[in-house]
Amino acid sequence: MPEKSIAAIRKEVLLVSNLIIPASERQLRARPTPKETFTESAAMGWRALIKMRRNPEQFFDVIIQPFLFTAMFAYIFGGAISGSVQDYLPIVITGILVQTALTACMATGVQLREDMDKGVFNRFRSLPMARMAPLVGPMTADVLRYAIAATLTLLTGFLMGYRPGGWFWGVAAGWVLVVFSGWSLSWIFAWLGTVARSAQAVQGIGMMIMFPLTFLSNAFVPVESMPGWLQWFVNINPVSLVISAVRDLMNDGAFTMQVVWAVVGCIVVIVIFAPLAVRSYSRKV
Amino acid sequence: MSSDDSAVLAHGLVKRFGDFTAVDGIDLEVKTGEVFGVLGPNGAGKTTMLNMLATLLPIDEGSASIFGVDVAKNPHMIRQLVGVTGQYASVDENMTGDENLRLFGMLLGLSSKQARTTASELLERFGLEEAADRQIKNFSGGMRRRLDLAASLISRPPLIFLDEPTTGLDPRTRGQMWDTIRDLVKEGATILLTTQYLDEADQLADRIAVIDHGLKVAEGTSVDLKSQVGNSTLYFRLADKELVPQGAAVVEAVLGETPQITPEAAGISIALPDPNRAADVLIGLREQNLEITAAEVRQPTLDEVFMVLTGKPTDSGDGDEGDDAREVDRSDSQGGATRE
Ligand SMILES: Nc1ncnc2c1ncn2[C@@H]1O[C@H](COP(=O)(O)OP(=O)(O)OP(=O)(O)O)[C@@H](O)[C@H]1O
Ligand SMILES: [Mg+2]
Repeated sequence: MPEKSIAAIRKEVLLVSNLIIPASERQLRARPTPKETFTESAAMGWRALIKMRRNPEQFFDVIIQPFLFTAMFAYIFGGAISGSVQDYLPIVITGILVQTALTACMATGVQLREDMDKGVFNRFRSLPMARMAPLVGPMTADVLRYAIAATLTLLTGFLMGYRPGGWFWGVAAGWVLVVFSGWSLSWIFAWLGTVARSAQAVQGIGMMIMFPLTFLSNAFVPVESMPGWLQWFVNINPVSLVISAVRDLMNDGAFTMQVVWAVVGCIVVIVIFAPLAVRSYSRKV
Repeated sequence: MSSDDSAVLAHGLVKRFGDFTAVDGIDLEVKTGEVFGVLGPNGAGKTTMLNMLATLLPIDEGSASIFGVDVAKNPHMIRQLVGVTGQYASVDENMTGDENLRLFGMLLGLSSKQARTTASELLERFGLEEAADRQIKNFSGGMRRRLDLAASLISRPPLIFLDEPTTGLDPRTRGQMWDTIRDLVKEGATILLTTQYLDEADQLADRIAVIDHGLKVAEGTSVDLKSQVGNSTLYFRLADKELVPQGAAVVEAVLGETPQITPEAAGISIALPDPNRAADVLIGLREQNLEITAAEVRQPTLDEVFMVLTGKPTDSGDGDEGDDAREVDRSDSQGGATRE
């Protein structure tokens, strides 16, 4: 009996505290402020982290792939390409770093697409929130995945005997560049996610983009060994750009123009694809 | 054009999907503080209309304003004024009740501490405390609906859209939902709700618009609508199908109106000006030695309202929904009595 009455009293209090704010007492904003955009993106990032904790299996790719690919590529191609596995490591580790980041950001696009089909996105659309928050939040939370992938690839490399010439700062800078390029390239896949009909479509189109970009690059073999017409593509391939920059940082500890170009390239990708993605997301019904 | 006390004012709303016109020029005015019911069968265009008003779908033609704010021009402002509870629960399946409400709170500009307090207040108010730490995918349909409504109240919106708030709920849960809606009105909310059930609109709504095939076919208070349909309906079933014309003739002789032959075999229904006239009809049948297997006097169903208003049955008119509505009506008769 006492319990019941307390609950009843609480309910009364709640009822009296005005549950509704009339329209006339509201200050309406025409658009979200930058601060709101930031906190809303952070809230969406928090949501993404909760979901990651609930579905740890979505970390499989970024945990297994670094071990598997690094060992496989090094032992299979090492002798043929560089004469020995040891000599091949500086090439293949940096290549795989960028490749796994790219695979992980394709997964970002696929998951975003899957997520957007859920009922809760109807509520996000009905809330007065920044249109970019539902994209920026989860994409930024996925930085965690790129970081895991990059770290594990490096660890595998160290175990196999990779001794980068760039020492700590070179490796750290390369790691940051890999994670940053993962985040910026994920805008391409986020945009794909907003225009494609289904998550499978994103996966399919993503693969079609991913394979040429990673294999027609300097990731695994020296460019000089390719025919001339292919070299042309490989050299303008943004993935090659990022890989060269990572090699300069990690293997030589040198902050070269390659690094500047890689960063500029990533920013160009963001500038083009972020507005495209946000626009097609907000049009989506 | 906008009168000061209108919460929603819409003129000639049109929505097309390809060649198909889902909403075909609907005018709507909802006054501040009232409950406005939109009644219509499956596919009438109820959800489409609400989605246009809630900025979830672009408006193809016509104009709409909410508390004087233009819907097409200022979607961000509209979203600050309207709390939307969609037909299908729009909460995150993989998060707990508490996490869902906290997330929406933060997205509405609350600090994480405020969001936590608001979430626990709302969970308590909607009787979901024990389920606070359970993922939504383990919620029952009724719990989902309640959580969904709770989520729409975080911003304390002056206008609330409820799209079929009780479809799929058992009679008791439905009664609770009705009470919640009445509480919201007491606290000053304006409510625009859609429903497939005449008795729900009757219980809750101050005014009702009946829509069908994207068109508004009638509008008024439930008393207005019912007076067009008859306050009650007599339904009976003859033992012998062959004798249906005789049965209909008896009804016509007693009441002076042609009854409706329902799709079910040998069923006849007729709107009654006064429930007591049912006895006269039954006496007439007995005098003609027409044997009946079932007879009941009840509120008109949505089907019958449509029959009268549009002269044709609803496309989706299946008896199940009518039965469902009747059952609730009986179980909630006290609630019904409190309304004038
Ligand atoms: N995105 C869409 N594309 C094509 N047709 C649509 C779309 N949304 C709705 N429709 C069509 O528009 C019509 C009205 O649909 P709506 O969902 O508004 O009906 P409703 O009155 O809410 O019905 P219900 O009671 O079943 O919820 C239906 O015929 C539906 O098939
Ligand atoms: Mg609907």
